[in-house]
Amino acid sequence: MTTTFLRRLGPLLLGGVAALSLAPAANAAEELRIGFVAPTTGIFAQVGKDMVDGFQLYLDDVNSDFGGAKVKFIVEDEQGKPDTAVTRAKKLALQDKVHLLVGGLLASSGYALAPVSTAEKTVYVVPVSAADDLTQRDLAKYPYLIRTGWSSSQPSHPFGQWACDQGYKKIAAIGADYAFGYEVIGGFQRAFEACGGQIIQKIWPPLGTKDFGPYIPTIRQDADAILTLMVGPMSLQFPKQLAASGNKKPVLGGGTSYDEFVLPSMGDEVIGHVSALQYSAALENPKNEAFVKKYRAKFGKVPSYYSETNYTSAQMIHEVIKNNKGNFPGAEEFVKQLAALKLDTIRGPVSIDDMRNPVQNIYIKKVEKKKMFGYDKEELWNSVIKTYPNVTQFGQFNKEEFLKTPVYSRDFPPCKFCN
Amino acid sequence: MKSQNIKVLSVVVALAAIAIIVPNTNSFVILLMTRALAFSILVMSVDVLLGYTGLPSLGQAAYLGVGAYVTAILATRYQFGLGYDFWIVALLGICFSAALAAVFGLLAIRATGVYFLMITLALGQCAWGLAYRWNSLTGGDNGINLRARPKFGIDLANEVTFFYLVFGFFAVSLLLMYTLVRSPFGRSLMGIRERELRMKILGYNTWLHKYLAFIIAGGFGGLAGVLWAHTAGIVSPENVVLTTSVDALLMAVLGGAGTLVGGVIGAMIVFGLREYLSTLVPWWQYVLGAVYVLTILYLPTGLMGIPQRIRQRRTLMGRRDDMKKIATVTS
Amino acid sequence: MPPKKTAAQTRPTGYGAATVTPATAAIWRGVRCNRGKVSSRRCCDQRGTGGGMNTQFWLIQAFNGISYGALLFLVGSGLSLIFGVMRIVNLSHGSYFLLGGYVALSVIWTTGSWALALPVAALAIAVVGLLMERIFLRPLGFDPLRQVLLTVGFAFLFQQAALDIWTGNNFDINPPEALTRSIVIGGLYLPLYRVFMIAMAAAIGLALWLVMEKTRMGAAVRATVDDAQMARGVGIDTSRISMFIFALGAFLAALGGVIGGAFLGIYPGLDFEMLPIAFAVVIIGGMGSLGGAAIGALLVGLADNFGKALFPEVSYFTLYAPMALILAVKPTGLFGRE
Repeated sequence: MTTTFLRRLGPLLLGGVAALSLAPAANAAEELRIGFVAPTTGIFAQVGKDMVDGFQLYLDDVNSDFGGAKVKFIVEDEQGKPDTAVTRAKKLALQDKVHLLVGGLLASSGYALAPVSTAEKTVYVVPVSAADDLTQRDLAKYPYLIRTGWSSSQPSHPFGQWACDQGYKKIAAIGADYAFGYEVIGGFQRAFEACGGQIIQKIWPPLGTKDFGPYIPTIRQDADAILTLMVGPMSLQFPKQLAASGNKKPVLGGGTSYDEFVLPSMGDEVIGHVSALQYSAALENPKNEAFVKKYRAKFGKVPSYYSETNYTSAQMIHEVIKNNKGNFPGAEEFVKQLAALKLDTIRGPVSIDDMRNPVQNIYIKKVEKKKMFGYDKEELWNSVIKTYPNVTQFGQFNKEEFLKTPVYSRDFPPCKFCN
Repeated sequence: MKSQNIKVLSVVVALAAIAIIVPNTNSFVILLMTRALAFSILVMSVDVLLGYTGLPSLGQAAYLGVGAYVTAILATRYQFGLGYDFWIVALLGICFSAALAAVFGLLAIRATGVYFLMITLALGQCAWGLAYRWNSLTGGDNGINLRARPKFGIDLANEVTFFYLVFGFFAVSLLLMYTLVRSPFGRSLMGIRERELRMKILGYNTWLHKYLAFIIAGGFGGLAGVLWAHTAGIVSPENVVLTTSVDALLMAVLGGAGTLVGGVIGAMIVFGLREYLSTLVPWWQYVLGAVYVLTILYLPTGLMGIPQRIRQRRTLMGRRDDMKKIATVTS
Repeated sequence: MPPKKTAAQTRPTGYGAATVTPATAAIWRGVRCNRGKVSSRRCCDQRGTGGGMNTQFWLIQAFNGISYGALLFLVGSGLSLIFGVMRIVNLSHGSYFLLGGYVALSVIWTTGSWALALPVAALAIAVVGLLMERIFLRPLGFDPLRQVLLTVGFAFLFQQAALDIWTGNNFDINPPEALTRSIVIGGLYLPLYRVFMIAMAAAIGLALWLVMEKTRMGAAVRATVDDAQMARGVGIDTSRISMFIFALGAFLAALGGVIGGAFLGIYPGLDFEMLPIAFAVVIIGGMGSLGGAAIGALLVGLADNFGKALFPEVSYFTLYAPMALILAVKPTGLFGRE
C-alpha cells in the first residue's frame, strides 16, 4: 500500500500541474496495467478495502508477475457513487491506458461502468457487481464485459429447490428494496414455486433500514419460514430484532445476509440460519484453508466473498496472460480466452458460460458456532450443508425461456399467493 | 468603474484560456473540467441567493436532481432529447426546476437566516426522499443509466465537443446571472440583503423580489442538472443528497459569496481536490475538510476577498508609515 | 397467532386508512388499487401487512414508534438546546452520535463493560464538543452561515478520522444479556431493549427538565435562550453558558450513539443518516425548546414508523413534507419561541 502510495505521490510532488497532462508512455509488452475501481473512502470503504486486499493478496502471491508480465495495479476510489465510478473508470482508460478494468461494488456502479468499457473498448472484469442483466438481457450491449463473480439470482435458484426439499410450503420474504434484493428474492421465488412452494408475502424495507420495528410485526404468522435479503449494516440488526420479537420460524437468507463481512459482528441469534452463495470461508478444501489462514494472518479477519472473488479474478486474469506468455492478447481475444477457461479455484471448479457468467458450485450454508482450521476460539462459521455443483446463472431453468421473461423486479415474479 | 472593467476583462481572458487549454489536455482532465463547469452553474445559482439576496440555501441539490431526472427519464423512456430535441429537454429541465422552486419558494421565502437554511434543508430532503423511494419513476437506489449523449449534427459522445457544449452553457449562464445581479432588480436584491426593512419602507415588494430570485436560481439549478446527467451518463439519488447541497454552498463561500466567479473558482478547487487529488493520495478528505475549516476561520470573504484584504492591509500599513513620517517631521 | 375473526373484522378499517391517504402514491406509480383487484402489487403488499393488521398490529407499531422516538429525543434535545442558546445549526451533531458509538466500542473492547462505555463515551465526546466550541466556533462570533459551514467541515473531518481509527467495518454494540430478551404482555412481544430506551429517554428528559427549571444554571440558560443580550446585561456569563450547552449537546448525542448503537449498529455513514432525522425532530418540535424536542421526537418516531409500515414507497416524503409545512406555517416550529 505504502509503496503504491509513494509512487502515486511522486508525480504530484515532481510534476505538479504538468503531471496532469502527462499520459504514461505506451510501453513494452511486459507491463500489464490493471485498473481497479472500488470505494476506498466513504461509507463502503471497508468493503472496498476487502476487495483491494483480495486482489493484492494474489498479486503478492505471484510477486505481481503474470507469466512474465509485470502487473501495474492502479486502484481508483469510486466513493460509493456511480457517477464517480464512471469518471474514475474513464481516468483509468484514458489517462492510465489500462488493459483491464476490474471492480465496481454496487449493482449501480456495475451498470455505470459497463457502458464505459464499451465506449473505451476496454475489458471490464466484474468480480462483485451481481446485477443479473449485465450477463443476461443486456449482454449484447457490453461486448467487453465478463463476469468472474456471480449473478444475484444464481445462488437463489438451487436455494429455492433446497427449501422445497426441506418440506417448506409457505415462505414470507423480506428484502432490501432495490434491484439486488428483487433479484435474489425473485430467483428464490421462481425456483420455490416451480417445485410447489408458495411465497405468501413480500416485504420491502428501504435499503439501509436498521429499525425493523415497522416490518417485523407484519410478517405473516402462517409462514413456515422467513426468507431475508439484507446487506451491510441491515444484516446485523434484522436477526437481532427478529429474535427479540419472539420469532420461532426457521430463517433463510440471501448470501450477503450472513457472509463473512458481517458474520463476525453477529450475535448467537443467527445460529441455525441458512443461506446460499458461491463461497464460504468455511469451505473445507486445502486451497481455501490456506487462503483463509494467509488472509487472516495478514489482515486480521476472516475473508468475505468480496476478498475471495477478487483473489479468484486475479487468478483467472493471470491464467489468460500466462497462456499468452505475458502478452495482452487484445480486448476481444482476452474476453474470448477468459471465457474458455476452466479453473480450479478457492471456491471450487469455475468455468464461464456462453453469456460470460461463471458456472460454479453453489453452497447451502448454515451458521454454526464452532472451531475451524485450528483456530482455538469458538466462532461463527458458514458450514456447508449441501453443494449444488456446476450451477449456471439460469440454474434448473431453460435458458431461452428464462431470457424471455423480464428481469426480476418488485412485480416479477408476481406474488400469486400473497393473500 | 475602471477596476470593474479590469475584472470583467480578466474573467473573459480566464474563460478564453480555459476554452483553449482544456481541450488540449488529456481526456480525464477534460471530463473533470466539464463536470466542474456544469456544477459551477449550480454553485452560481446558490450565489445569486446567498451572495446577492442573503438567503443561504441548503437544498439546491433538489433542482439539480429535477433537471437530471427529467433528462434521464425522457431519454430512457421516450427516447426524447437525444437529437435536436435536446434543446427542448434543456428548456424542460429549467422549467420543471423553476416550477419546483416556485412551489418550494412559497414555503421557504418567509423565513430568514438560519430558519431559511433549515427549511431549504427540509425541502431538499423531500426531493431526495422521492428520488430514493419512488422506484417506478426514478429507479430508486440503482438510478437511471443514460445510454448515449445527444447527437445533433455534432456528436456529444466526443468529450471535447461535449466540453464545448457545457462551456457554452456555462458562459451564457454566467453572463445572464451577471446581467441579472447588475440590473435594477439585482440592485434591489442587494438592498434586501443589506436591510430588508428599509427596502420595504421604500415601497419595494421584498417578498416578490426574493421569490423571483429563488425561482431563477432554481431554473439555473435545473440547467446544471440537465448537463450533469450527461456528464457521467448516470443519475442516482446520490446527486440529490444533502451533501451535494452542502457542497454547492461551501464552494460558493470558499470562492467568495456575492461574486459569482468566486463560486466557480471554489468549484474548480473542490473538484480538483476531490476528483484529482483523490486519485493520488488516500487522505484527500482531510485536505478538503481543512480547506473548508481554514477558509471559514480566516477568509470570511472567500478567496475572491484576498486582493481586497491585501489592499486593506497595504493602506493600513501605508497610513502607519504616513503617521510615522508626520511624526518624524513634526519632532 | 391472532384470532382470525378479529383480523377479518378490523381489516376494512386498516384498508380504509391505507387506501384513502396513500391514494396519491398509488396513482403516482400508475397502479390503481381497488379492493376488488387483489392482483395488483399494492394490494399484495397491503394484504401482506393486512395479515396482522389488527389492534395488536397498531399497538406494537405504536410501541415501536415511541421507542424510536425515545432515541431521537436523545439526539434531538441536544441539537435543540445548542440552537436555542447559540443559534448555531450544528451539522456535526450526527458525527457526535457516531463518534459516541465508536468510543463506546473501544471501551467495550478493552474493558468488556457496557455500563462503563455509556458514561465514558458521552463524556469523551462532550469534551470534543467543548473544545470545538472554544477553539473554533467562539472566535467566529455570531455569524450563523459561517458557523454552519464550519460544523460541516468538521463533520467531513470526523468522518474520515473515524474511518482511519475504527476502520469501516460494520459493528454492533452488544448490550448486557438481560436487555436482549423480550417481555410478553397480552401476546405482544416487547423487546426489553426498546423498553430500556424509553426509560432512559424519560429519565434524561426529566433530569434535563429539572436542571432547566429548578437550578440557577437552568434559569441562566433559559434567560439566554430568550434574550442573550439582556441576559448579558444582567450579568449572566453567556459565553460560559454557551460552552456548557454545547458540551451538553454533544454529551446527549454521544449518549444517543451508544444507546442507538445496539439498535442501529455502528458503521460509517450513520452520521449523515442521523443528522436530517435529528433536524426533523428539532424543526417540528421547535428550536430551543426541550418540551418541543420531546414532542417532535415522538411525532417523528411515530410518523416514520407508521409511514414505513403503511406507505412504504413514499415513507421519506411522509417524514419531511410535514416538516417543511410546519416550518412554512410557523418557522420556529410547534413550540419554538420567536
